[in-house]
Amino acid sequence: MSAGSGTGASAPVAEHGGGDVRGARRLRQVRELGILLALALIVAATAVANPGFLSGQSIRDLLLSATLLTILAVGQTLVIVTRSVDLSVGSVLGLAAFATGTLFAAFPGLPVAVAVLAGVALGAVCGAVNGALVAVARVPALVVTLGTLYAFRGVDYWWAAGTQINAADMPASFLGLGRTAVLGVPVPALVALAVVLAAGWYLASYRSGRELYAIGSEPHAARLSGIPVDRRIFAAFVVNGALAGLAGVLYAARFGTLDATVGTGLELQVVAAAVVGGVAIFGGSGTVYGAALGAVLLTTIGSALPVLRVSGFWQQAVVGLLILVAIGMDRILAVRAARRLRGGGPDGT
Amino acid sequence: MAPHPPPDPPPLALVDAAKSFGMVRALRGVSLDLRAGEIHGLCGENGAGKSTLVALLAGVHQPDAGHIEIDGAPVALSGPAAAQRAGVAVIYQEPTLFPDLSVAENIFMGRQPLRGGRRIDRRAMRTATAELFARLGVRIDPDRPARGLSIADQQLVEIAKALSFDARVLVMDEPTAALSGVEVRRLFAVARALRGNGAAILFISHRFDEVFALCDRITVMRDGGHVGTGRAADLTVDAVVRQMVGRDIATLYPERTPAPGAPVLEVEELGRRGVFSGVGFTVRAGEVVALAGLVGAGRSEVVRAVFGIDRYDSGTVAVNGRPLPPNRPAAAMAAGVGLVPEDRRQQGLVMELSVERNATLTRRWALSRFGLLRRGAEASAAAGWLGRLRVKAGDTAAPVATLSGGNQQKVVLAKWLAGEPAVLIVDEPTRGIDVGTKAEVHRLLSELAGQGIAVLMVSSELPEVLGMADRVLVMHEGRITAELHRDDATEEAVMFAATGQHAGGTAPGGPPPEAAR
Repeated sequence: MSAGSGTGASAPVAEHGGGDVRGARRLRQVRELGILLALALIVAATAVANPGFLSGQSIRDLLLSATLLTILAVGQTLVIVTRSVDLSVGSVLGLAAFATGTLFAAFPGLPVAVAVLAGVALGAVCGAVNGALVAVARVPALVVTLGTLYAFRGVDYWWAAGTQINAADMPASFLGLGRTAVLGVPVPALVALAVVLAAGWYLASYRSGRELYAIGSEPHAARLSGIPVDRRIFAAFVVNGALAGLAGVLYAARFGTLDATVGTGLELQVVAAAVVGGVAIFGGSGTVYGAALGAVLLTTIGSALPVLRVSGFWQQAVVGLLILVAIGMDRILAVRAARRLRGGGPDGT
Repeated sequence: MAPHPPPDPPPLALVDAAKSFGMVRALRGVSLDLRAGEIHGLCGENGAGKSTLVALLAGVHQPDAGHIEIDGAPVALSGPAAAQRAGVAVIYQEPTLFPDLSVAENIFMGRQPLRGGRRIDRRAMRTATAELFARLGVRIDPDRPARGLSIADQQLVEIAKALSFDARVLVMDEPTAALSGVEVRRLFAVARALRGNGAAILFISHRFDEVFALCDRITVMRDGGHVGTGRAADLTVDAVVRQMVGRDIATLYPERTPAPGAPVLEVEELGRRGVFSGVGFTVRAGEVVALAGLVGAGRSEVVRAVFGIDRYDSGTVAVNGRPLPPNRPAAAMAAGVGLVPEDRRQQGLVMELSVERNATLTRRWALSRFGLLRRGAEASAAAGWLGRLRVKAGDTAAPVATLSGGNQQKVVLAKWLAGEPAVLIVDEPTRGIDVGTKAEVHRLLSELAGQGIAVLMVSSELPEVLGMADRVLVMHEGRITAELHRDDATEEAVMFAATGQHAGGTAPGGPPPEAAR
């Protein structure tokens, strides 16, 4: 009847899509283990050089520094899996941080929760601007968020008008957020952990979460299968903006000194963390856990290099190298996984 | 149209639907009713409007005129989601899967089974997927990603997806193109079971044996219009082919007295795993050879491999007796081969560049001094060929995107002709071009052959193939199934070979062996 694809004509149930599926799955897990391994190596090497690196205070500092980047990386992952990117998060963080400080300066008796909500809401509004431009106006996310990176920063400068907000302007209960710890873990780090777990759970277990992956994996097919593509992309940007707002609030609580330059240049670190963590820049794959690990790894490198007496000049080179290694590793794993899935055998081994 | 109106309104009907894309009228006033408990076949040549019709039923496009009725009530399907809600499932010609996601997720995307708290019930999803595959009689791991699946397996996932809808209406746009005989029989068994349960099915296929084996009624389309609908039992393959072809071969093709010279392009045993195999042919100087066949038969892939854009696994290509290295378009160009690609907007032109720069792209080294292009040289070199081809351009310094489709095609031709090729490969040279310019392109190709250029033309338009070619090679599923001399090339002969039947072999009109059910 037709040229057969080679399936046995008499077999009652044809064997299909052969290949080493389990092997391919293992390869994907290797990816996140790899980051953990790199993290362990760096911590071990640094601890050998300077045992103080493993002191409780030092670890607390490390966790605290990783907090902001982790939260931002989680939000960025939501956007990147849909095949978009948000470069404006540094500006949004800065704006939200300054807004929080201003709010406290204007209303000294404000409950902390209200200030937190205000910062998050402002971030969500910024995210909505990005999302509307990307999803409704169909402008590529790279261009839109490059524009809003400068636009939001511009608003920040105009608002701050050269002034600075100091810790004295903010209530002690708010500043305490950055210093209190539960069971030795700083509160902001707990917040970041909660964000990671919530986002990871949402992406894995909810229809709309899976649809984000579907959109990034094959936008055309996503539209054909009736997924509200524009609405989902819009929502991803709003959530990412809200998380950047949250990060801004935490920044204000931790550092207490705020001006218009807060968060400048952070966006590239965030994207780097996600990419190092295995989030494919063309969408469709990657987890928030990986992105969070990437953020922790980058932060750890940042703190380890001074301890190891490596010049600060090298830090950027190391981060760059790490990105290239991560991308190279992704490529190798993808090629191997593809070969296994095609049933070509596990390349010689 | 329907001789016996059914007592119940049909679950899905298209009423006088028309759809145009720019200047192209893809559908003009087509009516079609899909009745419950019936499999409806749809036949038509490439470009007859079948896929546009599917897009309307799937909610991807909305008709410009006419409307869609569900259970007799007019509805507007605003998008794929609306069509799905109305109970219409579609299996597209091209698989539309998410490569990064698991097979089970691909099938249930947006409709995953849920458990408490609206969470996805992965176990239920996996079980349901396994059940669907069991119904189809195939074993695909529900947890594996869709990436790496063969085309046939991808198509099976698509079919499983459509089954999972429990749809009242199932539209299948050439679902069997990539399937083996066993898989096709299983698909048919499932389709018949669905029909038994009262589903309405639209089945589109180029394989007449399948259409006649499966369908209760058959509708034929031609040039975006509805030609006829009849009961399959009252029709024959011959009758359907005649309806599909139906028009007079236009007389606007230029008269030619071919005088083939020495072989220029020689292709032997060319093969690429899973795409085409054993392809061999010769094109002589001054000859127009057409490569005919249905979309997906592998024609474009063959010419792309000949030109060196795509790799091939076996075989040789030689120009003027000298072998061409594989994978080297630059070497092919140096040997005097030109390729006018199928998709001129994507592959033939740089839309933002000027008309003259596009026309001289292949000669940019000859026109530059010290590595810098000289605009004057470019303009004068371009003017020659643009004039000879009668390109209608207001300003040759304007972007080529401002030209009409036909004139754009002439610019692509000018680009290659400037290099004085020995072999010109043209892939669908008149697709999307209005009738007047079409005739000009035909006149041009015929003149070029008259000047001794060997022309290899891929075309899905039968009249063009028959009107232009000295010899016709017909491809079917990656193989050349017929080589017809100009005098033997009739529409029926080409169509039979293109659908994998043997023009001389099967008794005309006799039901194919599969027809008995």
